[in-house]
Amino acid sequence: MIIAERKPIDEILEFLSRYQKVLVLGCGGCVTVCLAGGEKEVGILSSELAMARSKEGRPVELVQKTVERQCDFEYLEGIRHLVKEVDAVLSLACGIGIQTCNEAFPDKNTWPGVNTRFLGVNLNVGEWAERCQACGQCILDKTGGICPVARCSKSIFNGPCGGSQNGKCEVSPDTDCAWALIHDRLTRLGQVDSLREIMPLKDWSYSRDGGPRKLVREDLELESGK
Amino acid sequence: MKAGSNLERMLESGNFAVTGEIGPPKSCNGEVVRHHARMLKGYCESFNLTDNQTAIVRLSSIAAGKLLLEEGCEPNIQIVCRDRNRIGIQSDVLGAAALGIKNVLCLSGDHQKFGNHPTAKNVYDVDSIQLIKILDGMRNGYFANGEEMKDELPKLYIGCAANPFADPFEFRVTRLEKKADAGADFCQTQCILDMERFERWMELVRARGLHKRIKILAGITPMKSVKAAKYMKKFVAGMMVSDDIIERLEKAEDVKEEGVNIAVEQIQYLKKMEGIAGVHIMAIAWEDIIPEICKRAGLTPRPEV
Repeated sequence: MIIAERKPIDEILEFLSRYQKVLVLGCGGCVTVCLAGGEKEVGILSSELAMARSKEGRPVELVQKTVERQCDFEYLEGIRHLVKEVDAVLSLACGIGIQTCNEAFPDKNTWPGVNTRFLGVNLNVGEWAERCQACGQCILDKTGGICPVARCSKSIFNGPCGGSQNGKCEVSPDTDCAWALIHDRLTRLGQVDSLREIMPLKDWSYSRDGGPRKLVREDLELESGK
Repeated sequence: MKAGSNLERMLESGNFAVTGEIGPPKSCNGEVVRHHARMLKGYCESFNLTDNQTAIVRLSSIAAGKLLLEEGCEPNIQIVCRDRNRIGIQSDVLGAAALGIKNVLCLSGDHQKFGNHPTAKNVYDVDSIQLIKILDGMRNGYFANGEEMKDELPKLYIGCAANPFADPFEFRVTRLEKKADAGADFCQTQCILDMERFERWMELVRARGLHKRIKILAGITPMKSVKAAKYMKKFVAGMMVSDDIIERLEKAEDVKEEGVNIAVEQIQYLKKMEGIAGVHIMAIAWEDIIPEICKRAGLTPRPEV
Protein backbone atom coordinates (compact mmCIF):
# COMPACT_ATOMS: atom_id res chain seq x y z
CA MET A 1 0.00 0.00 0.00
CA ILE A 2 0.92 3.66 -0.21
CA ILE A 3 2.44 4.88 3.03
CA ALA A 4 1.90 8.52 3.95
CA GLU A 5 2.67 10.65 6.97
CA ARG A 6 0.80 13.74 8.08
CA LYS A 7 2.56 17.02 7.47
CA PRO A 8 3.57 19.12 10.51
CA ILE A 9 0.67 21.22 11.80
CA ASP A 10 2.52 24.51 11.28
CA GLU A 11 2.98 23.78 7.59
CA ILE A 12 -0.74 23.01 7.23
CA LEU A 13 -1.73 26.16 9.16
CA GLU A 14 0.43 28.18 6.80
CA PHE A 15 -1.38 26.78 3.70
CA LEU A 16 -4.77 27.51 5.23
CA SER A 17 -4.01 30.88 6.81
CA ARG A 18 -6.06 32.90 4.29
CA TYR A 19 -9.20 30.74 4.37
CA GLN A 20 -12.31 30.95 6.56
CA LYS A 21 -13.96 27.72 5.53
CA VAL A 22 -12.07 24.54 4.62
CA LEU A 23 -13.05 21.00 3.71
CA VAL A 24 -10.78 18.50 5.48
CA LEU A 25 -10.98 15.52 3.18
CA GLY A 26 -9.90 12.03 4.20
CA CYS A 27 -9.50 8.94 2.06
CA GLY A 28 -10.75 5.45 2.87
CA GLY A 29 -7.88 3.72 1.04
CA CYS A 30 -4.22 3.26 1.96
CA VAL A 31 -3.97 6.34 4.17
CA THR A 32 -6.74 4.97 6.37
CA VAL A 33 -4.83 1.71 6.79
CA CYS A 34 -1.53 3.48 7.53
CA LEU A 35 -3.30 5.84 9.93
CA ALA A 36 -2.33 9.04 8.17
CA GLY A 37 -5.50 10.33 6.50
CA GLY A 38 -8.63 8.32 7.26
CA GLU A 39 -11.80 9.41 9.03
CA LYS A 40 -10.15 9.28 12.45
CA GLU A 41 -7.18 11.42 11.39
CA VAL A 42 -9.54 13.91 9.70
CA GLY A 43 -11.25 14.34 13.09
CA ILE A 44 -8.01 14.74 15.03
CA LEU A 45 -6.48 17.18 12.57
CA SER A 46 -9.68 19.22 12.40
CA SER A 47 -9.67 19.65 16.20
CA GLU A 48 -6.02 20.67 16.16
CA LEU A 49 -6.59 23.20 13.37
CA ALA A 50 -9.71 24.64 15.01
CA MET A 51 -7.89 25.08 18.32
CA ALA A 52 -4.84 26.66 16.74
CA ARG A 53 -6.90 29.12 14.72
CA SER A 54 -9.09 30.04 17.70
CA LYS A 55 -5.95 30.72 19.69
CA GLU A 56 -4.77 33.05 16.92
CA GLY A 57 -8.13 34.86 17.17
CA ARG A 58 -9.02 33.91 13.59
CA PRO A 59 -11.37 30.94 13.88
CA VAL A 60 -11.83 28.67 10.88
CA GLU A 61 -14.90 26.70 9.90
CA LEU A 62 -14.05 23.11 9.03
CA VAL A 63 -16.18 20.62 7.12
CA GLN A 64 -15.10 17.00 7.65
CA LYS A 65 -15.57 14.28 5.08
CA THR A 66 -13.87 11.02 4.13
CA VAL A 67 -14.53 9.43 0.74
CA GLU A 68 -14.04 5.82 -0.27
CA ARG A 69 -11.04 6.60 -2.50
CA GLN A 70 -9.75 10.02 -3.49
CA CYS A 71 -7.81 8.59 -6.44
CA ASP A 72 -11.10 7.82 -8.16
CA PHE A 73 -12.98 10.61 -9.96
CA GLU A 74 -16.22 8.72 -9.40
CA TYR A 75 -16.05 9.13 -5.61
CA LEU A 76 -15.18 12.80 -5.88
CA GLU A 77 -18.38 13.55 -7.78
CA GLY A 78 -20.31 12.81 -4.61
CA ILE A 79 -18.65 15.70 -2.72
CA ARG A 80 -18.82 18.36 -5.42
CA HIS A 81 -21.55 20.16 -3.47
CA LEU A 82 -19.35 20.29 -0.34
CA VAL A 83 -16.39 21.68 -2.25
CA LYS A 84 -18.60 24.40 -3.69
CA GLU A 85 -19.34 25.74 -0.19
CA VAL A 86 -15.72 26.00 1.05
CA ASP A 87 -12.78 28.29 0.27
CA ALA A 88 -10.32 25.42 -0.10
CA VAL A 89 -9.80 21.70 0.42
CA LEU A 90 -7.18 20.09 2.65
CA SER A 91 -6.63 16.56 1.44
CA LEU A 92 -5.24 13.84 3.65
CA ALA A 93 -4.98 11.41 0.76
CA CYS A 94 -1.71 10.39 -0.89
CA GLY A 95 -0.22 12.49 -3.67
CA ILE A 96 -2.47 10.73 -6.15
CA GLY A 97 -5.65 11.63 -4.29
CA ILE A 98 -4.51 15.22 -3.84
CA GLN A 99 -3.90 15.56 -7.56
CA THR A 100 -7.17 13.89 -8.45
CA CYS A 101 -9.00 16.45 -6.27
CA ASN A 102 -7.15 19.32 -7.91
CA GLU A 103 -8.09 17.91 -11.30
CA ALA A 104 -11.73 17.31 -10.34
CA PHE A 105 -12.14 20.74 -8.72
CA PRO A 106 -10.00 23.06 -10.86
CA ASP A 107 -11.42 26.28 -9.40
CA LYS A 108 -10.43 25.52 -5.80
CA ASN A 109 -7.08 24.77 -4.26
CA THR A 110 -6.68 21.33 -2.75
CA TRP A 111 -3.74 21.49 -0.32
CA PRO A 112 -1.61 18.52 0.72
CA GLY A 113 -2.08 17.46 4.35
CA VAL A 114 0.33 14.55 4.16
CA ASN A 115 3.71 13.67 2.73
CA THR A 116 3.46 10.56 0.57
CA ARG A 117 6.43 8.49 1.66
CA PHE A 118 6.63 5.19 -0.20
CA LEU A 119 5.03 1.92 -1.31
CA GLY A 120 5.43 -0.41 1.57
CA VAL A 121 4.29 -2.71 4.28
CA ASN A 122 3.32 -2.40 7.95
CA LEU A 123 5.94 -4.25 10.02
CA ASN A 124 4.89 -3.40 13.57
CA VAL A 125 2.62 -0.94 15.29
CA GLY A 126 3.84 2.43 14.04
CA GLU A 127 6.51 0.96 11.75
CA TRP A 128 6.38 0.80 7.95
CA ALA A 129 9.02 -0.13 5.40
CA GLU A 130 9.47 0.38 1.68
CA ARG A 131 9.04 -2.62 -0.61
CA CYS A 132 8.44 -1.42 -4.18
CA GLN A 133 9.49 1.48 -6.39
CA ALA A 134 7.13 0.74 -9.26
CA CYS A 135 10.11 0.51 -11.63
CA GLY A 136 7.85 -1.10 -14.20
CA GLN A 137 9.78 -4.32 -14.83
CA CYS A 138 9.65 -6.69 -11.92
CA ILE A 139 12.75 -8.79 -11.22
CA LEU A 140 11.59 -10.44 -8.00
CA ASP A 141 11.84 -13.78 -9.80
CA LYS A 142 15.62 -13.40 -9.86
CA THR A 143 16.21 -12.03 -6.38
CA GLY A 144 14.49 -14.44 -4.05
CA GLY A 145 11.41 -12.26 -3.84
CA ILE A 146 13.33 -9.33 -2.32
CA CYS A 147 13.55 -6.13 -4.36
CA PRO A 148 17.00 -4.53 -4.69
CA VAL A 149 15.59 -1.53 -6.55
CA ALA A 150 13.49 -0.49 -3.57
CA ARG A 151 15.50 -2.00 -0.73
CA CYS A 152 19.17 -1.52 -1.67
CA SER A 153 20.31 2.06 -0.92
CA LYS A 154 22.08 2.07 -4.29
CA SER A 155 19.50 0.01 -6.20
CA ILE A 156 22.30 -2.17 -7.51
CA PHE A 157 21.73 -5.41 -9.40
CA ASN A 158 24.90 -7.31 -8.56
CA GLY A 159 25.30 -6.72 -4.87
CA PRO A 160 26.09 -6.57 -2.10
CA CYS A 161 28.47 -3.63 -2.39
CA GLY A 162 31.50 -3.33 -0.12
CA GLY A 163 29.51 -1.51 2.54
CA SER A 164 27.50 -4.54 3.68
CA GLN A 165 28.46 -5.81 7.11
CA ASN A 166 26.63 -8.11 9.51
CA GLY A 167 23.61 -7.97 7.23
CA LYS A 168 23.31 -4.21 7.54
CA CYS A 169 23.59 -1.43 4.98
CA GLU A 170 26.40 1.14 5.10
CA VAL A 171 23.80 3.89 5.14
CA SER A 172 22.43 3.00 8.56
CA PRO A 173 22.76 0.23 11.14
CA ASP A 174 18.93 0.20 11.21
CA THR A 175 18.72 -0.70 7.54
CA ASP A 176 18.99 -4.29 6.38
CA CYS A 177 21.30 -4.86 3.43
CA ALA A 178 18.89 -5.97 0.70
CA TRP A 179 21.59 -8.03 -1.00
CA ALA A 180 22.45 -9.81 2.23
CA LEU A 181 18.73 -10.67 2.50
CA ILE A 182 18.68 -11.83 -1.13
CA HIS A 183 21.82 -13.91 -0.61
CA ASP A 184 20.47 -15.52 2.54
CA ARG A 185 17.05 -16.22 1.04
CA LEU A 186 18.50 -17.84 -2.07
CA THR A 187 20.88 -19.86 0.10
CA ARG A 188 17.90 -21.06 2.10
CA LEU A 189 16.09 -22.03 -1.09
CA GLY A 190 19.19 -23.79 -2.42
CA GLN A 191 19.39 -21.35 -5.35
CA VAL A 192 22.32 -19.13 -4.35
CA ASP A 193 24.36 -20.23 -7.37
CA SER A 194 22.01 -18.16 -9.53
CA LEU A 195 23.77 -15.08 -8.12
CA ARG A 196 26.93 -16.02 -10.03
CA GLU A 197 25.23 -14.75 -13.18
CA ILE A 198 25.85 -11.08 -13.93
CA MET A 199 22.53 -9.28 -13.97
CA PRO A 200 22.37 -7.14 -17.12
CA LEU A 201 21.83 -3.38 -17.33
CA LYS A 202 18.34 -2.42 -16.33
CA ASP A 203 15.97 -0.84 -18.82
CA TRP A 204 14.98 2.20 -16.77
CA SER A 205 12.66 3.44 -19.50
CA TYR A 206 9.89 1.41 -17.85
CA SER A 207 10.53 3.37 -14.67
CA ARG A 208 9.96 7.09 -14.08
CA ASP A 209 13.09 7.75 -16.17
CA GLY A 210 11.07 7.12 -19.33
CA GLY A 211 8.88 10.12 -18.48
CA PRO A 212 5.44 10.11 -16.82
CA ARG A 213 3.93 6.70 -17.35
CA LYS A 214 0.54 5.78 -18.69
CA LEU A 215 -1.01 2.37 -19.05
CA VAL A 216 -3.56 1.73 -21.79
CA ARG A 217 -5.34 -1.59 -21.98
CA GLU A 218 -7.07 -1.93 -25.29
CA ASP A 219 -8.85 -5.12 -24.24
CA LEU A 220 -10.70 -3.19 -21.56
CA GLU A 221 -11.35 -0.24 -23.84
CA LEU A 222 -12.89 -2.54 -26.44
CA GLU A 223 -14.97 -4.31 -23.83
CA SER A 224 -16.44 -1.03 -22.62
CA GLY A 225 -17.34 -0.11 -26.19
CA LYS A 226 -15.27 3.07 -26.19
CA MET B 1 48.65 -5.84 -24.04
CA LYS B 2 45.22 -4.33 -23.66
CA ALA B 3 46.24 -0.77 -22.89
CA GLY B 4 50.02 -0.92 -22.47
CA SER B 5 50.04 1.01 -19.21
CA ASN B 6 52.96 0.75 -16.76
CA LEU B 7 50.66 -1.04 -14.39
CA GLU B 8 49.61 -3.57 -16.99
CA ARG B 9 53.21 -4.21 -18.08
CA MET B 10 54.36 -4.66 -14.48
CA LEU B 11 51.54 -7.02 -13.57
CA GLU B 12 51.49 -9.02 -16.79
CA SER B 13 55.29 -9.51 -16.65
CA GLY B 14 54.83 -11.10 -13.25
CA ASN B 15 56.61 -8.40 -11.25
CA PHE B 16 55.27 -7.36 -7.86
CA ALA B 17 53.42 -4.13 -8.60
CA VAL B 18 52.97 -1.06 -6.40
CA THR B 19 50.15 1.43 -6.77
CA GLY B 20 49.44 4.50 -4.71
CA GLU B 21 46.49 6.77 -4.21
CA ILE B 22 46.10 10.53 -4.40
CA GLY B 23 42.98 12.27 -3.15
CA PRO B 24 42.25 15.35 -5.30
CA PRO B 25 41.65 18.56 -3.30
CA LYS B 26 38.36 20.25 -2.43
CA SER B 27 39.34 23.11 -4.71
CA CYS B 28 40.53 23.80 -8.22
CA ASN B 29 44.12 24.05 -6.99
CA GLY B 30 45.79 21.61 -9.37
CA GLU B 31 49.12 22.34 -7.72
CA VAL B 32 48.08 20.05 -4.84
CA VAL B 33 47.86 17.13 -7.28
CA ARG B 34 51.06 18.15 -9.09
CA HIS B 35 52.92 18.41 -5.78
CA HIS B 36 51.96 14.85 -4.82
CA ALA B 37 52.84 13.61 -8.30
CA ARG B 38 56.32 15.14 -8.12
CA MET B 39 56.88 13.77 -4.64
CA LEU B 40 55.72 10.23 -5.46
CA LYS B 41 57.05 9.88 -9.00
CA GLY B 42 59.04 6.69 -9.44
CA TYR B 43 57.67 4.94 -6.35
CA CYS B 44 54.52 3.46 -7.89
CA GLU B 45 53.46 2.14 -11.28
CA SER B 46 50.29 4.16 -11.17
CA PHE B 47 48.30 6.31 -8.81
CA ASN B 48 44.60 5.99 -8.14
CA LEU B 49 42.75 9.28 -8.33
CA THR B 50 39.67 9.04 -6.22
CA ASP B 51 36.30 10.07 -7.66
CA ASN B 52 34.68 12.38 -5.10
CA GLN B 53 35.54 9.95 -2.33
CA THR B 54 33.12 9.63 0.57
CA ALA B 55 30.74 11.64 -1.62
CA ILE B 56 32.57 14.93 -0.99
CA VAL B 57 32.91 17.24 -3.98
CA ARG B 58 36.50 17.37 -5.16
CA LEU B 59 38.54 18.16 -8.25
CA SER B 60 37.55 15.57 -10.88
CA SER B 61 39.53 12.35 -11.08
CA ILE B 62 39.97 12.65 -14.85
CA ALA B 63 41.24 16.22 -14.63
CA ALA B 64 43.59 15.14 -11.83
CA GLY B 65 44.69 12.26 -14.06
CA LYS B 66 45.64 14.70 -16.78
CA LEU B 67 47.69 16.71 -14.27
CA LEU B 68 49.50 13.52 -13.30
CA LEU B 69 50.30 12.72 -16.92
CA GLU B 70 51.78 16.19 -17.30
CA GLU B 71 54.04 15.44 -14.33
CA GLY B 72 55.15 12.17 -15.88
CA CYS B 73 53.16 9.90 -13.56
CA GLU B 74 50.64 7.29 -14.56
CA PRO B 75 47.05 7.75 -13.38
CA ASN B 76 44.45 5.15 -12.53
CA ILE B 77 41.19 7.03 -12.52
CA GLN B 78 38.41 5.83 -10.31
CA ILE B 79 34.83 5.94 -11.59
CA VAL B 80 31.92 5.56 -9.21
CA CYS B 81 28.36 4.75 -10.25
CA ARG B 82 26.82 7.25 -7.84
CA ASP B 83 27.07 10.44 -9.87
CA ARG B 84 26.76 9.59 -13.56
CA ASN B 85 24.56 7.45 -15.76
CA ARG B 86 25.75 5.20 -18.60
CA ILE B 87 25.76 8.16 -20.98
CA GLY B 88 27.95 10.33 -18.76
CA ILE B 89 30.30 7.51 -17.82
CA GLN B 90 30.95 6.37 -21.39
CA SER B 91 31.51 9.96 -22.47
CA ASP B 92 33.99 10.49 -19.64
CA VAL B 93 35.82 7.26 -20.45
CA LEU B 94 36.23 8.34 -24.06
CA GLY B 95 37.47 11.71 -22.85
CA ALA B 96 39.89 10.12 -20.40
CA ALA B 97 41.24 7.80 -23.10
CA ALA B 98 41.69 10.77 -25.45
CA LEU B 99 43.80 12.46 -22.76
CA GLY B 100 46.03 9.38 -22.54
CA ILE B 101 44.55 7.79 -19.43
CA LYS B 102 44.71 3.99 -19.61
CA ASN B 103 43.86 2.58 -16.17
CA VAL B 104 40.30 2.85 -14.92
CA LEU B 105 38.98 1.51 -11.63
CA CYS B 106 35.26 0.71 -11.40
CA LEU B 107 33.47 1.26 -8.08
CA SER B 108 29.95 1.53 -6.71
CA GLY B 109 30.88 4.63 -4.71
CA ASP B 110 30.09 5.60 -1.15
CA HIS B 111 26.49 6.58 -0.59
CA GLN B 112 25.96 10.35 -0.70
CA LYS B 113 24.70 10.24 2.85
CA PHE B 114 28.33 10.23 4.02
CA GLY B 115 29.37 13.26 2.05
CA ASN B 116 28.89 16.99 2.07
CA HIS B 117 25.79 16.92 -0.14
CA PRO B 118 23.61 14.36 1.65
CA THR B 119 20.44 15.81 0.08
CA ALA B 120 21.62 14.97 -3.45
CA LYS B 121 19.89 12.48 -5.73
CA ASN B 122 22.04 9.47 -6.57
CA VAL B 123 22.22 7.83 -9.97
CA TYR B 124 23.22 4.15 -9.86
CA ASP B 125 21.96 3.63 -13.38
CA VAL B 126 24.59 0.87 -13.50
CA ASP B 127 26.45 -0.94 -10.74
CA SER B 128 30.19 -1.56 -10.49
CA ILE B 129 30.04 -4.99 -12.16
CA GLN B 130 27.91 -3.68 -15.01
CA LEU B 131 30.35 -0.77 -15.30
CA ILE B 132 33.27 -3.19 -15.77
CA LYS B 133 31.28 -4.92 -18.49
CA ILE B 134 30.53 -1.62 -20.21
CA LEU B 135 34.23 -0.68 -20.26
CA ASP B 136 35.21 -4.13 -21.48
CA GLY B 137 32.68 -3.71 -24.26
CA MET B 138 34.05 -0.27 -25.14
CA ARG B 139 37.63 -1.47 -25.48
CA ASN B 140 36.32 -4.20 -27.74
CA GLY B 141 34.47 -1.70 -29.87
CA TYR B 142 30.95 -1.54 -28.51
CA PHE B 143 28.92 1.01 -26.59
CA ALA B 144 26.71 -0.16 -23.73
CA ASN B 145 23.71 -0.27 -26.09
CA GLY B 146 25.53 -2.69 -28.38
CA GLU B 147 26.23 -0.07 -31.03
CA GLU B 148 29.57 -0.52 -32.76
CA MET B 149 32.21 2.19 -32.42
CA LYS B 150 33.27 3.42 -35.83
CA ASP B 151 36.57 5.06 -34.95
CA GLU B 152 39.48 4.61 -32.53
CA LEU B 153 38.72 2.37 -29.54
CA PRO B 154 39.67 3.36 -25.98
CA LYS B 155 42.62 1.33 -24.74
CA LEU B 156 41.75 0.46 -21.17
CA TYR B 157 43.23 -1.60 -18.37
CA ILE B 158 40.24 -2.27 -16.16
CA GLY B 159 40.35 -2.48 -12.41
CA CYS B 160 37.88 -3.23 -9.67
CA ALA B 161 37.77 -3.34 -5.90
CA ALA B 162 37.20 -6.27 -3.58
CA ASN B 163 36.36 -6.08 0.07
CA PRO B 164 37.27 -9.25 1.98
CA PHE B 165 36.08 -7.59 5.18
CA ALA B 166 32.48 -7.06 4.11
CA ASP B 167 29.73 -9.65 4.31
CA PRO B 168 28.50 -12.21 3.38
CA PHE B 169 32.10 -13.44 3.62
CA GLU B 170 32.08 -16.32 1.14
CA PHE B 171 30.00 -14.42 -1.36
CA ARG B 172 32.81 -11.84 -1.49
CA VAL B 173 34.80 -14.38 -3.49
CA THR B 174 31.87 -14.98 -5.86
CA ARG B 175 31.62 -11.25 -6.34
CA LEU B 176 35.31 -11.08 -7.32
CA GLU B 177 34.63 -13.91 -9.76
CA LYS B 178 31.75 -11.93 -11.26
CA LYS B 179 34.09 -8.97 -11.70
CA ALA B 180 36.63 -11.17 -13.45
CA ASP B 181 33.83 -12.57 -15.63
CA ALA B 182 32.76 -9.01 -16.46
CA GLY B 183 36.26 -8.26 -17.75
CA ALA B 184 38.26 -6.78 -14.88
CA ASP B 185 42.02 -7.20 -15.29
CA PHE B 186 43.09 -6.26 -11.80
CA CYS B 187 41.61 -5.83 -8.38
CA GLN B 188 42.64 -3.63 -5.47
CA THR B 189 41.40 -4.78 -2.09
CA GLN B 190 40.05 -2.79 0.79
CA CYS B 191 42.88 -1.95 3.18
CA ILE B 192 43.96 -4.92 5.25
CA LEU B 193 43.87 -4.34 8.98
CA ASP B 194 42.91 -7.91 9.78
CA MET B 195 45.43 -10.20 8.12
CA GLU B 196 43.85 -13.38 9.43
CA ARG B 197 40.56 -12.64 7.68
CA PHE B 198 42.41 -11.58 4.52
CA GLU B 199 44.29 -14.88 4.42
CA ARG B 200 41.07 -16.84 4.78
CA TRP B 201 39.64 -14.88 1.86
CA MET B 202 42.73 -15.50 -0.25
CA GLU B 203 42.44 -19.23 0.44
CA LEU B 204 38.96 -19.19 -1.07
CA VAL B 205 40.20 -17.05 -3.97
CA ARG B 206 42.98 -19.53 -4.71
CA ALA B 207 40.63 -22.50 -4.33
CA ARG B 208 38.64 -21.10 -7.24
CA GLY B 209 41.77 -20.20 -9.20
CA LEU B 210 40.72 -16.57 -9.35
CA HIS B 211 44.25 -15.28 -8.71
CA LYS B 212 45.14 -16.72 -12.12
CA ARG B 213 42.35 -14.82 -13.84
CA ILE B 214 42.70 -11.41 -12.18
CA LYS B 215 45.71 -9.63 -10.67
CA ILE B 216 45.17 -8.97 -6.99
CA LEU B 217 46.77 -5.98 -5.32
CA ALA B 218 46.48 -6.04 -1.55
CA GLY B 219 45.35 -2.80 0.09
CA ILE B 220 47.71 -1.20 2.62
CA THR B 221 46.81 1.77 4.80
CA PRO B 222 49.32 2.99 7.38
CA MET B 223 47.56 3.99 10.59
CA LYS B 224 48.29 7.49 11.82
CA SER B 225 46.66 7.25 15.23
CA VAL B 226 44.93 4.90 17.66
CA LYS B 227 41.83 7.04 17.32
CA ALA B 228 41.73 6.53 13.55
CA ALA B 229 42.12 2.76 13.93
CA LYS B 230 39.35 2.58 16.50
CA TYR B 231 37.11 4.78 14.39
CA MET B 232 37.60 2.54 11.36
CA LYS B 233 36.86 -0.54 13.40
CA LYS B 234 33.70 0.86 14.87
CA PHE B 235 32.18 3.20 12.34
CA VAL B 236 33.40 2.46 8.82
CA ALA B 237 31.03 0.01 7.13
CA GLY B 238 32.86 -2.93 5.60
CA MET B 239 36.05 -2.40 7.63
CA MET B 240 37.74 -4.69 10.11
CA VAL B 241 40.64 -3.80 12.37
CA SER B 242 42.16 -6.60 14.43
CA ASP B 243 42.79 -6.08 18.13
CA ASP B 244 46.50 -6.82 17.82
CA ILE B 245 46.93 -3.84 15.48
CA ILE B 246 45.12 -1.54 17.89
CA GLU B 247 47.17 -2.94 20.76
CA ARG B 248 50.47 -2.35 18.94
CA LEU B 249 49.50 1.23 18.17
CA GLU B 250 48.40 1.82 21.75
CA LYS B 251 51.67 0.53 23.17
CA ALA B 252 53.86 2.43 20.72
CA GLU B 253 55.82 5.48 21.82
CA ASP B 254 55.61 6.90 18.31
CA VAL B 255 52.24 5.84 16.91
CA LYS B 256 52.93 7.06 13.37
CA GLU B 257 56.22 5.21 13.30
CA GLU B 258 54.48 2.05 14.47
CA GLY B 259 51.80 2.54 11.80
CA VAL B 260 54.53 2.58 9.17
CA ASN B 261 56.21 -0.47 10.77
CA ILE B 262 52.95 -2.42 10.52
CA ALA B 263 52.48 -1.39 6.87
CA VAL B 264 56.03 -2.43 5.98
CA GLU B 265 55.67 -5.79 7.75
CA GLN B 266 52.36 -6.40 5.98
CA ILE B 267 53.91 -5.71 2.58
CA GLN B 268 56.81 -8.05 3.27
CA TYR B 269 54.38 -10.73 4.37
CA LEU B 270 52.09 -10.22 1.36
CA LYS B 271 55.02 -10.39 -1.07
CA LYS B 272 55.33 -14.06 -0.18
CA MET B 273 51.62 -14.86 -0.27
CA GLU B 274 50.52 -16.95 -3.24
CA GLY B 275 48.22 -15.07 -5.56
CA ILE B 276 49.20 -11.56 -4.50
CA ALA B 277 50.40 -9.60 -7.52
CA GLY B 278 51.20 -6.36 -5.75
CA VAL B 279 50.17 -3.82 -3.16
CA HIS B 280 47.97 -0.77 -3.31
CA ILE B 281 49.05 1.83 -0.77
CA MET B 282 46.26 4.11 0.39
CA ALA B 283 47.86 6.59 2.75
CA ILE B 284 44.75 8.62 3.41
CA ALA B 285 45.65 12.32 3.73
CA TRP B 286 49.23 11.10 4.31
CA GLU B 287 50.50 10.66 0.76
CA ASP B 288 54.01 11.85 1.62
CA ILE B 289 54.66 8.72 3.69
CA ILE B 290 54.49 6.48 0.60
CA PRO B 291 58.21 6.84 -0.36
CA GLU B 292 59.34 5.79 3.13
CA ILE B 293 57.04 2.76 3.16
CA CYS B 294 58.22 1.72 -0.31
CA LYS B 295 61.89 2.11 0.59
CA ARG B 296 61.61 0.22 3.85
CA ALA B 297 59.54 -2.56 2.27
CA GLY B 298 62.20 -3.08 -0.39
CA LEU B 299 60.00 -1.93 -3.23
CA THR B 300 62.52 0.58 -4.63
CA PRO B 301 63.78 1.10 -7.22
CA ARG B 302 60.94 -0.01 -9.46
CA PRO B 303 62.01 -2.55 -12.06
CA GLU B 304 62.08 -1.56 -15.72
CA VAL B 305 59.62 -3.54 -17.79
